[in-house]
Amino acid sequence: MPLKRLLWAVPTLFGVLVVVFVLLRLAPGDPIAMMIGPGATPDDIRALRTLYGFDRSVPEQFVIYLGQAATGQFGQSITLKRDVLELVLAQLPLTLELSLLALGLAILIGGGAALAAVAWRGTAVERVIDLFTGFVTAIPDFLWGLAGVLFLGVLLPVLPVFGLLDPMLRFEPVSGFMLGESLLRGRLDVFGSALHHLLWPALSLSLPLAAMISRVLKASLLEVLAQDYILIARVKGFSPWQVLWREALRNALGPALTLAGVQFTFLIGGTVLIERLFGLPGLGNMAIDAVINRDLPLIQGIVLTFALLFILVNLAVDVLHTRINPKLRR
Amino acid sequence: MTNRLHFQKRVWAGAALLVVVIVCALLAPWIAPHDPLEQDLMAASLPPAWRAGGEAAYLFGTDTLGRDILSRLIYGARPAMIVAFAGATLAALIGTVLGLWAGFHGGAVDAVVSRLVDVWMSFPAVLLSIVLVAVIGTGLGSVVLAIAIIDWTRFCRVVRAETQVQASLDYVTSARTIGQSRGTTLWREVLPNVAPLLMTLFTLEMGIAVVIEAILSFVGLSVSSDMPTWGGLVQEGRLYVNQTPWLLGLPIAAIAATVLACNALGDGLRASLDPLLER
Repeated sequence: MPLKRLLWAVPTLFGVLVVVFVLLRLAPGDPIAMMIGPGATPDDIRALRTLYGFDRSVPEQFVIYLGQAATGQFGQSITLKRDVLELVLAQLPLTLELSLLALGLAILIGGGAALAAVAWRGTAVERVIDLFTGFVTAIPDFLWGLAGVLFLGVLLPVLPVFGLLDPMLRFEPVSGFMLGESLLRGRLDVFGSALHHLLWPALSLSLPLAAMISRVLKASLLEVLAQDYILIARVKGFSPWQVLWREALRNALGPALTLAGVQFTFLIGGTVLIERLFGLPGLGNMAIDAVINRDLPLIQGIVLTFALLFILVNLAVDVLHTRINPKLRR
Repeated sequence: MTNRLHFQKRVWAGAALLVVVIVCALLAPWIAPHDPLEQDLMAASLPPAWRAGGEAAYLFGTDTLGRDILSRLIYGARPAMIVAFAGATLAALIGTVLGLWAGFHGGAVDAVVSRLVDVWMSFPAVLLSIVLVAVIGTGLGSVVLAIAIIDWTRFCRVVRAETQVQASLDYVTSARTIGQSRGTTLWREVLPNVAPLLMTLFTLEMGIAVVIEAILSFVGLSVSSDMPTWGGLVQEGRLYVNQTPWLLGLPIAAIAATVLACNALGDGLRASLDPLLER
């Protein structure tokens, strides 16, 4: 099964490559015209055309492009004048850390809410949680982020809502991973500050997913709890919490896990906007600038990076799902 | 079907709120107390009228250039509603046609359309919309087109499933038996039975479209910046949030209220029209 999935990833990636190639060649405006300075001669333009392969036929261009994509050569960013791959790799770590932090929060909040709603089912606790999940699902991450800026950043200033670090702190992670590297190198002040800055961005990304996880997990927990072996566990004298935690949760986890995996790619997509909103130097923030400046090589590099990321996430979910659910292993 | 007449309370609440927004959009020049573009630097950064230092002439205060926020909010309802209706209509049209076709035909057509929907939906909307706008350019038309290109799948998936259910029912077989063509059967028999579902999806899609428009105008990829949009107001408010927090709070409230109204209307309609969900 995982091998079959792995084979599926290849045509998907190829499809994305084709779509990006077609879209960016449909884009109005001559990319060469955007690269040249005011005093360029026709010879300069011809040289650039040859350099980027625009003087070849479209199929030839596609083959060149495939070769470049496979080796990570996306050319130079038009506005930033630096290698695209280098730029992408410099911004990617923050986006990954933000996404993983948000995923962790979503699982924690969503899982906790589902367990609490099931443990106290039929009481006010369940009703409050149901009401809350309904409300949270209706509001997109963009508005959660904005509400945080307004209420927790300005009206009741408890959280920083712009940037990644306290301006007084100096820390340049060699790996690019601010949270991970500061923790490993024992710079707890830097770690604390970065976590403080990332808390609301991550929380706004996580809330809609948390609500979904909570709903699905609650439904499957209730289903599992109605089965006979749960009754036997109760008769044996396990406490309700023990039954819930040790017996029911493991069997109810499957659907929630699949959902979290599928939705994780959407969460990563959401970082584009949240990074913009909170002034975080990640891949998404760079993507928006690239679109505004029509920096085609950079857009192409970023989109392909995101696509690769989504395909990897989907693969990981499939593998994990087969591990947890023995019925799928064949 | 008896539920049709007493809709749930949230349907009424959602519809009422949405009507207010639509009226604002339609009658903006007559309702707005000021010209939304008129700058009055003598009255810049005024707080809302009920706060200390506010002026009665500017109910919701003014921005840093002295433009009336209430008027800008009212005018901002225009692009929001244009995108909501046009985007949702176009997405519904594409999705419904493909969904009906795939659901009724089955076989290879169905397999191709379903596969396409799966692949399409695995790509996050925010990213797709940004790439699309990069390619087709900015402006209200591009935003509408982007929404249709991204979200036709929502309609297609649901319509396809529902058409499959309907196609297996006796009334469709009867219609075919008395000699109706496939097209006529689809149009006259199946479509009316899928319509309630479409209405629900359409309302939910309007809420999504409002958010996408706000997002694109927030990052400066929607209409030109001198036209007031809710996303543009959010962008301004974000810049001066420490000096004039109401500049951020008011457009957030407008977007959130519209989205919640669409959701309440959509969910309420679904519950009211689907007897199985009614408990």
